[in-house]
Amino acid sequence: MAEQEVTLMKGNEAIAHAAIRCGADGFFGYPITPQSEIIETLAALKPWETTGMVVLQAESEVASINMVYGGAGAGKRVLTTSSSPGIALMQEGISYMAGAEIPGVFVNVMRGGPGLGTIQPSQSDYFQATRGGGNGDYNVIVLAPNSVQEMADFVDLAFELAFRYRNPAMILADGVIGQMMEKVVLPPMKPRRTEEEIKKECPWASFGKTADRQPNVITSLELKPEVMEVRNLQLQEKYRQIKDNEVRFETQQCEDADYLIVSFGSAARIGEKALEQARAEGIKVGLFRPITLWPFPSRQLAQLARGKKGILVSEINAGQMVQDVRLAINGAIPVEHFGRLGGIVPDPDEIVKSLKEKVIG
Amino acid sequence: MKTEIIISGFGGQGVLSMGKILAYSGLMEDKEVTWMPAYGPEQRGGTANVTVIVSDERISSPILSRYDVAIVLNQPSLDKFEPKVKEGGILIYDGYGVINPPQRKDITVYRIDAMDKAAELKNAKVFNMIVLGGLLKVCPVVSTDGLKKALFKSLPERHHGLIPLNMKAVESGMEIISKE
Amino acid sequence: MANDIISPENLVYEKPKLMNDTAMHYCPGCSHGVVHKLVAEVIADMGMEEKTVGVCPVGCAVFAYRYLDIDWQEAAHGRAPAVATGIKRMWPDRLVFTYQGDGDLACIGTAETIHALNRGENIPIIFINNAIYGMTGGQMAPTTLLGQVTATCPYGREPDLHGYPLNITELASKLKGTCYVTRQSVDTIASITKAKRAIRKAFEASMLGKGSSLIEIVATCNSGWKLSPAKANEWMRENMFPEYVKGDLKDTTGL
Repeated sequence: MAEQEVTLMKGNEAIAHAAIRCGADGFFGYPITPQSEIIETLAALKPWETTGMVVLQAESEVASINMVYGGAGAGKRVLTTSSSPGIALMQEGISYMAGAEIPGVFVNVMRGGPGLGTIQPSQSDYFQATRGGGNGDYNVIVLAPNSVQEMADFVDLAFELAFRYRNPAMILADGVIGQMMEKVVLPPMKPRRTEEEIKKECPWASFGKTADRQPNVITSLELKPEVMEVRNLQLQEKYRQIKDNEVRFETQQCEDADYLIVSFGSAARIGEKALEQARAEGIKVGLFRPITLWPFPSRQLAQLARGKKGILVSEINAGQMVQDVRLAINGAIPVEHFGRLGGIVPDPDEIVKSLKEKVIG
Repeated sequence: MKTEIIISGFGGQGVLSMGKILAYSGLMEDKEVTWMPAYGPEQRGGTANVTVIVSDERISSPILSRYDVAIVLNQPSLDKFEPKVKEGGILIYDGYGVINPPQRKDITVYRIDAMDKAAELKNAKVFNMIVLGGLLKVCPVVSTDGLKKALFKSLPERHHGLIPLNMKAVESGMEIISKE
Repeated sequence: MANDIISPENLVYEKPKLMNDTAMHYCPGCSHGVVHKLVAEVIADMGMEEKTVGVCPVGCAVFAYRYLDIDWQEAAHGRAPAVATGIKRMWPDRLVFTYQGDGDLACIGTAETIHALNRGENIPIIFINNAIYGMTGGQMAPTTLLGQVTATCPYGREPDLHGYPLNITELASKLKGTCYVTRQSVDTIASITKAKRAIRKAFEASMLGKGSSLIEIVATCNSGWKLSPAKANEWMRENMFPEYVKGDLKDTTGL
């Protein structure tokens, strides 16, 4: 089967191919390193001539996220991609999308900050991603791929989750996953939804009021606090449902482990190598990888950590996910952090060393 | 079997594309592969390196602390990666412009004068294929057949006419690589 | 006896079908209500009731969606042209328009405005220019006239301190993506009729794929200007019209 063909490509390229294949209707984006290959690949593939998918280079990230707002608010499968500084610019639009319950998808191929920072890989937008990022009490669903295959697979998953919950969904990758090439089996071609299908799936969407219904208004605005509180409570109820149903994670060799490494995305790949090296030295280490960073697999991690001697949270930042791990573990066992900053990606040796020094002691 | 390789040199030497062809060759032979560039603003004369892993099993980290094979194409790369070759591993270097040759005795060192050879062939563009030939001679991570298939797969069709020339460069690399 | 006159054959005017009965929040004397009515009429006249999406701004027209029975999207401040771009690119057979004020369109959203117009997005942009921030209580706008007093230039707008009024409509007329750029008002019956024709032309041009349109309506804000509605109209004619000259600045629609 041609569609099962194994190919070699960058994570960024996989996002582009997967978007076309999962029946996306539109891409709006602005170039920024290290993820410009996404819009470049889309432009080269010309999906508007095949599936009819629109690809538009916007004037800024502010504009791209608001184009996603408009397109997804009109019921279409629309995405944008950027890297850290660009995602910071998008936060206004993301908050509005959360408030108006718009199922847009966005990808952050993280680079180091703060500010213009560096174009090298980083995971320092974990807080921004998992705490909402913009103004107000809200959450976006955050998926953290650790391979090119997951870059490809998570595009459709992000759309499915976004539309299921009418909530923005984010793929949080980094420069390593975006720039590396690996084998990938691209998802099968899925047709774009028809107008009838959109009407059925998105009765709330704003794309022309027909005689059989009231006008649909996409808005996050409500001036009456008593009404706005109810709306917020409804959002919170939705977030609770997402927490109950959509937690995703992966474990490796945790059963007999004395110690756990907890890492996400590219750091989890490096953590896996550290695990191999530590095991070769006779240290029993397991790896816990949250795949959804929000909702965070707190309960699952707490259960798994029972009886272990300690945890090293290895991430490419100054200590962000470690806070969620500590909340989950709640003091039961020691939780330490290891990270490199400013675009430096730690190597497996450093993680093993840190595990020995900070956790095993 | 898993081979962890670093290729490092100046931007413009074809370091990244050499790694890419190697990775594609692994793909042609149904192996697991990763290709991880140290990326930066694209410029000639800057430094460029890429980690390529070719393996029969699942690959964990694309970022490594130590390597089975280091291919170093200038002095700064040699200085940086010689200490990171695993004991018993392989270091391949191009002698052009190298003032301080490798010193380690616990690894096997090969020299390949690919720069000179490319000049002799009057085709600077095949430099990286000469180096690749040298690698496959001393560490056959993939077969030359796999490599040829990879070239057909990864090059746009309009460049397929250049494949025989590239394969010749690979052969010449196999001939000129020598143990130190 | 008095009620005998109310019968269908005597009907000379009726409320546009797309306008609902929600009481408007606009101040008495404000131009917004009139422009809303014109938009409602044009959509119905074109038979596009089921195929229209409006994008409202942040500003006094933030609640425009309450008054016209069509689908709407409420944009973040200044982002309406980007939101409209997203909708129109996804649904090219829909009539997608934005309705924005001077602060929204010509200040915080200048980038989105210029680029949507310059790309020739097939969207008409209705631009209410009353030279003041109405909703937030009468602060200086990009279009505030020199010497005009507002809450944030209480001694009058001075170029050294505040810069010059921005004539964004003239700028728009120079962009290749625009097919129709016009400046109108709604202070007299004649001008209302002309404004409606302009809106109709812009809406039709967008459905014919001719590019983007900008319809500036030079408008009053009697509350912000602290004048009676009648005096506000006089002030507008005396002070606004010389700076913002009415008429078509560009028309390549052929309509």
